[in-house]
Amino acid sequence: MNILVFVKQVPDTETRIQLKDGVVDTSSVKWVANPYDEFAIEEALRIKERLGQGKVTVVSLGPDRVKEAIKYALSLGADEGVHVKGEGVALADPLAVATVLAAAARKAGFDLILTGKQGVDHDWSQAGIILAELLDLPHVSVVVHLEVDPASKQGKAKREVEGGAELVEFSLPAVITAQKGLNEPRYASLKGIMAVKKKTIPEWSLSELGVDAASVGESAAAVRFVEFSLPPPRQAGKILEGDPKDTARELVRILHREAKVI
Amino acid sequence: MMVSVVAELKDGAARKITLEMLAEARRLADASGSGSVALIAPGALAAGEAERLASQGADRILHVEGESLQGYATEVYAAAVQAAVEASKPDAVFFGATSQGKDLAPRVAGRLRVGLASDCTGFEWRDGELTARRPIFAGKAFGRVAWSQARPRLATVRPNTFTPLPPDASRKAAVEKVPLPPITPRARVVGFEKSEGEMLDLTEANIIVSGGRAMQGPENFEILRKLCKVLGATLGASRAAVDAGWIDHSHQVGQTGKVVNPTVYFAVGISGAIQHLAGMSSSRTIVAINKDKDAPIFKIASYGIVGDLYQVVPALTEEFQKALQE
Repeated sequence: MNILVFVKQVPDTETRIQLKDGVVDTSSVKWVANPYDEFAIEEALRIKERLGQGKVTVVSLGPDRVKEAIKYALSLGADEGVHVKGEGVALADPLAVATVLAAAARKAGFDLILTGKQGVDHDWSQAGIILAELLDLPHVSVVVHLEVDPASKQGKAKREVEGGAELVEFSLPAVITAQKGLNEPRYASLKGIMAVKKKTIPEWSLSELGVDAASVGESAAAVRFVEFSLPPPRQAGKILEGDPKDTARELVRILHREAKVI
Repeated sequence: MMVSVVAELKDGAARKITLEMLAEARRLADASGSGSVALIAPGALAAGEAERLASQGADRILHVEGESLQGYATEVYAAAVQAAVEASKPDAVFFGATSQGKDLAPRVAGRLRVGLASDCTGFEWRDGELTARRPIFAGKAFGRVAWSQARPRLATVRPNTFTPLPPDASRKAAVEKVPLPPITPRARVVGFEKSEGEMLDLTEANIIVSGGRAMQGPENFEILRKLCKVLGATLGASRAAVDAGWIDHSHQVGQTGKVVNPTVYFAVGISGAIQHLAGMSSSRTIVAINKDKDAPIFKIASYGIVGDLYQVVPALTEEFQKALQE
């Protein structure tokens, strides 16, 4: 079973976001593999281990620095990594990104595609699902449990929804977007880290993928950011100290009688 | 401008997010001078529901009919929205930023090859162009998004952002039927597992009570559940509490969890790590309870109590019970 995992590189969640010249300042950002994509990588490795056969290929689209995210996935146990060069691609436009990823998927070949439910940078939650549509595949999004059977080409998934989980049955090949809770990602082993050094990461350009650069460039973007802003700073409010019963009574009086929010 | 709203139906009744979207669609349509609002109903509406939706903003109701629309399947619903869009040619289509809308809207965007702005919290015309405001980095920043010339513009709208219009019984809507041929989806929902309690989802909740590292273990969340019950609140948690295995991830607030915007947010025993603050700092009122008076959470709290949560929270529960009974 060939499993393809799409991994995005994003700023670490500890990052304090600041603006410079009107855009998000990424100059001192620590780049990491998108947390939701880590669940996708882990699930791919577990499926391969369970089946005792198969190949896990990690693909990342973006500038040269995304090789670090690919190497990280390789150190966890992915078999191969591919860097799709992002020059000229409107990387903030999910439709453009999905168009390039779809071409990469066709070139790589796959029985199953896994990716995170969203990137924790722009939070679009779109690329995986659009990818499924462009490849004419079924998808299940926000998955917290997954079973696949390559023999019958069927799968079962549980997806998180308001108030519970939906149980979904689907046919393979399919696209699955991972939610936290799907698994507990492993740490890289020393052996894994050493093994990365021996691996080469091929680079695929848009022309190799047969993608018309103009169709995925900034001027063709279906959505684009025209302005960024930071939330207004919140003022520290009224802080009560003293006897727990007295402070609780006072807080209830304020919320119920004064602010009337409860 | 013509705005369509994709209804989110439960047993034929529209969920609150549908009414919230209708209100904003109405505002945009009216502001454009010659606008209209169409409701796209994938499946049948319950008795009286068409009248209610008309009274709260819809001019037209596009009822997509087909045997495949029993139960949710993304591919079927995407085809239903596509059929309604082709029948009515809207300038914009709104979906709820809910589990269903967030699953469906990207599929439609891919099919129609148009732009989708997710999780929008406001719409505004800028230099003759419609733009949407949306949180990015889980609310650490905001982005204003514009669409290309391709139509319709798609957007998912965050629950609890817009207020439904007061019903006006004099408003009527024409109901048009849009047929949908049978489709066999390759992925379909076959069951549902209910999670604990009767609580509203975090993203829809008016009041949230969240616990953090200071809860010390799963058993102590019972103290918060009692307060939730008195307030009709939803239980939340910090990443520290979730990663410790004390509570399910579906309760997590913050980056890699949910971004919430309730009227009142109680942060109990939560110090206020940046990932957590990102997810809840747009709450209207923030109440912090923490024994460390230097905890970062107090810097953004509207109100706070410095004290031991194991004494303060039961006292609060008792006082709220008294106050709400009066």
